[in-house]
Amino acid sequence: MNTYETVFIMNPVLSEDQVKETVKKFVGHLKTNNATITNEENWGLKKLKYTIQKKKTGFYHLVEFKADGKIINDFEIEFNRDERIIRWQTVRLDKFALEYADRRKKKLSTNAKAE
Amino acid sequence: MSTKTDIKYLSPVDIELKQQNKYCRFKKMGINYIDYKDPEFLMRFLNEQGKILPRRITGNSLKFQRRLAVAVKRARQIALLPYVGDNLK
Repeated sequence: MNTYETVFIMNPVLSEDQVKETVKKFVGHLKTNNATITNEENWGLKKLKYTIQKKKTGFYHLVEFKADGKIINDFEIEFNRDERIIRWQTVRLDKFALEYADRRKKKLSTNAKAE
Repeated sequence: MSTKTDIKYLSPVDIELKQQNKYCRFKKMGINYIDYKDPEFLMRFLNEQGKILPRRITGNSLKFQRRLAVAVKRARQIALLPYVGDNLK
């Protein structure tokens, strides 16, 4: 079991409900493959630093999960098939990255409480 | 043949040649993971065109220069940093 982190960018023309639906689809896909989701972040609409498929903005979403390495391939094929996704990246987290991710989570949760 | 305008100094002129010692800021700060999701931090190690600055300028240790390069490339992939830029700073 490894911990992975996926950032994906969705088409900016989607409505809020469609974004939620897309995220649900991929998180659901992970859950059906016995992955445990440890963190999820919605970065919202962000400007891209260069155009991708003639688009200048996109909805960013981050998912951190623990899973077997075998499922990653299928997971990425799902991204490839979906037209709503314009870019994705999955990264394996090593021990330093895990430490950092924990600190990041704590920071975000305290920020959320403060607001 | 020397002319009158030639200025000659008997003792060498004091020009400050003191070089500031470079150091690896990751080692000093105790950072052991460079986050690719933080483009503003990574910007410090790029030039105006978005190229990664060499170690001889930033003073990073080899270990962290490698990790930095990976982080920058990951950030480029998800469009947080440009592959080619113009006047980034």
